[in-house]
Amino acid sequence: MSKVIHLHPTEDFKARSKAVLDNPGQRKNFRGAMDFLQAKRRAQFPDQDELQGLRELGASIRRYSLANLPRLLEQLEAKLTANGVHVHWAQNGPEANAIALKIAQQVHAKRIIKGKSMVSEEVGFNHFMEAAGIEAFESDMGEYIVQLAGEAPSHIIMPAIHKTKQEIAQLFADEVPGVTYTEDVDALIQIGRRVLRRKFAEADIGLSGVNFAVAETGTLCLVENEGNGRMCTTVPKVHIAITGIEKVVEKLEHVPPLLSLLTRSATGQSVTTYVNMISGPRKPDEKDGPQEVHLILLDNGRTQAYADAELRATLQCIRCGACMNHCPVYARIGGHAYGTTYPGPIGAIISPHMLGLDKTYPLAFASTLCGACNEVCPVKIPITDILVRLRNEAQARPETEEATLRGSGAARTLAASTVWGMWSQVYSKSGLYKLASWFMSRGRALSPSEQGAWTRSRTPLIPAPKRLRDLMKDHQP
Amino acid sequence: MSAREQILSRLRQPLVAAQHVSPDVAGWFGAHRRSEDVAQRTARLRAALEAVHTELHDVTHDNWSSVLLQVAAVKGLRQILIGTNTPHGAQLQACQTDDIKLIPYDRPIDSWQDLLFDGVDASLTLARGAVAETGSLILWPTPSEPRLMSLVPSIHFVLLDVDTIHEDFYAAMTAESWSAGMPTNALLVCGPSKTADIQQTLAYGAHGPKELVVLLRNTEGSQA
Repeated sequence: MSKVIHLHPTEDFKARSKAVLDNPGQRKNFRGAMDFLQAKRRAQFPDQDELQGLRELGASIRRYSLANLPRLLEQLEAKLTANGVHVHWAQNGPEANAIALKIAQQVHAKRIIKGKSMVSEEVGFNHFMEAAGIEAFESDMGEYIVQLAGEAPSHIIMPAIHKTKQEIAQLFADEVPGVTYTEDVDALIQIGRRVLRRKFAEADIGLSGVNFAVAETGTLCLVENEGNGRMCTTVPKVHIAITGIEKVVEKLEHVPPLLSLLTRSATGQSVTTYVNMISGPRKPDEKDGPQEVHLILLDNGRTQAYADAELRATLQCIRCGACMNHCPVYARIGGHAYGTTYPGPIGAIISPHMLGLDKTYPLAFASTLCGACNEVCPVKIPITDILVRLRNEAQARPETEEATLRGSGAARTLAASTVWGMWSQVYSKSGLYKLASWFMSRGRALSPSEQGAWTRSRTPLIPAPKRLRDLMKDHQP
Repeated sequence: MSAREQILSRLRQPLVAAQHVSPDVAGWFGAHRRSEDVAQRTARLRAALEAVHTELHDVTHDNWSSVLLQVAAVKGLRQILIGTNTPHGAQLQACQTDDIKLIPYDRPIDSWQDLLFDGVDASLTLARGAVAETGSLILWPTPSEPRLMSLVPSIHFVLLDVDTIHEDFYAAMTAESWSAGMPTNALLVCGPSKTADIQQTLAYGAHGPKELVVLLRNTEGSQA
């Protein structure tokens, strides 16, 4: 039903971007959605001092959590285990899926109902389960819509942001039995509610993500508005939560500042309708809730980012999506063009660790480095610094100290490294610079009229007839 | 080596200096506290809840059950799910009418899930407290008032004592020492369920309750 995650975004990233740029309808959708989300966020932070103070606190909590990550993961595991939760570790997507499948087979599960989880998208969970003969059904309204359309989410918070209500109305009329075409949003949501209520009641397993995992109490925090997350984690007999290893915090008191930053930055809400804190399975005297709770802790390249002092900041992310909402590139090409589970600025800096820099480096170049993402990031990730670092990594000489990541050096070409090698020589040696600029200014007539990507939409670059030093000489009294 | 050991060993490579100073969360909230009284906290909570389509009624210890039944009658409700062995459940049962059936949640869900999903209009639970800053009700479901009560029925009534309203989430969790032991499930609830997943258009009644009705119970008839 759902599409396989695109594992080689380099292959047609440019083609997909161009396709969106040539589609005025889609561009209008994205622009409208981004303006809406930006305005909502702005209204939540009227006080700049409060915002900056809270960001500093949020960043310090995330940095502290990461600095102590191995200890906190062990503490989380011990506490959850004591609470009756089964904790599993997965190094990559296939391991995570295999763990989930084994749990499903143990309880003879046929149907899995899913709350919103980007990590499950990251590991290709739905596709894997369907191949194993188990239905994996999305229950977040946006996720339900994109699954019905056979697509992947285009935004980490608002998965169906690329679709108009007319498209969704048509989709429901075509795909949901007994539904006639209606553009009334309330009616459409009630259709989804009716279909999915059955699914919650019939499901054998509920799958969810995790927003924060608290080590000291063994508590999984989930944030949502629809109630589907609570359904998935309460109604089926088994609840499986899946999360990246970076989501742990030490103390419960670390949650309120991060929660405030998350919901205000993501959707411009002071809090979501539900903040769901789960610390264990159903106890003997309790009358509902799952009898089994599992947590799958996923690495999938995160330890590569962790090992590097600069790139570790990538893992501070709390997945609010504010960086994409404010990105001039994302606003124009949308989430699907990136070809990765996580689009936008955060996608460009986290995906190389998951998929390899060789398969993802064009994303690091698809940025103007304007810095809007840095400014809005609630946990102060220096995104543009990391983008520049990844660009350098992509051009690094393989098998040397400068190449530190999986897939480093993939963008390196003889032509480019020769040109930039010469550039660096000319700009670091004044005699050579003098000589080169003399030849350039005198030989300007020889400038090619075709200058690759530059001249596709611009006039050719032609050196000035006189160098700055010549002009200055002319003006000397 | 197991996946667990491999992941932990990669994380333990001491390439990056560890930051050992714990973040000063208490300092932040201390500096940003408003020190409001009950009436101010209640007013803030009310405004935040009303902003997300929540219906509020001021009630007293004596009249809340009759107010609830009046509201339920106006809405045309036929059943209300209540907890077992709770003082407020008993109080409501004492003034039960013939039109509205009170159904106690008296057995594990496994034997009557279909009825809960299809045959119960509304529910009543007691809030443990609330958070004025965000308009969140704090619910700690118990064996007497299980988790699904606040999720499955279309209309959810919540009884809240105004003197349990905290200024912010941090104040609530520290005043009540949550870190000493969390229940199976704890919740913050702010309004009825909602979604804006279709073209950013807000719609209420997504998967959880379509309506949230809060009965603000004042002490000794002092109206907030």
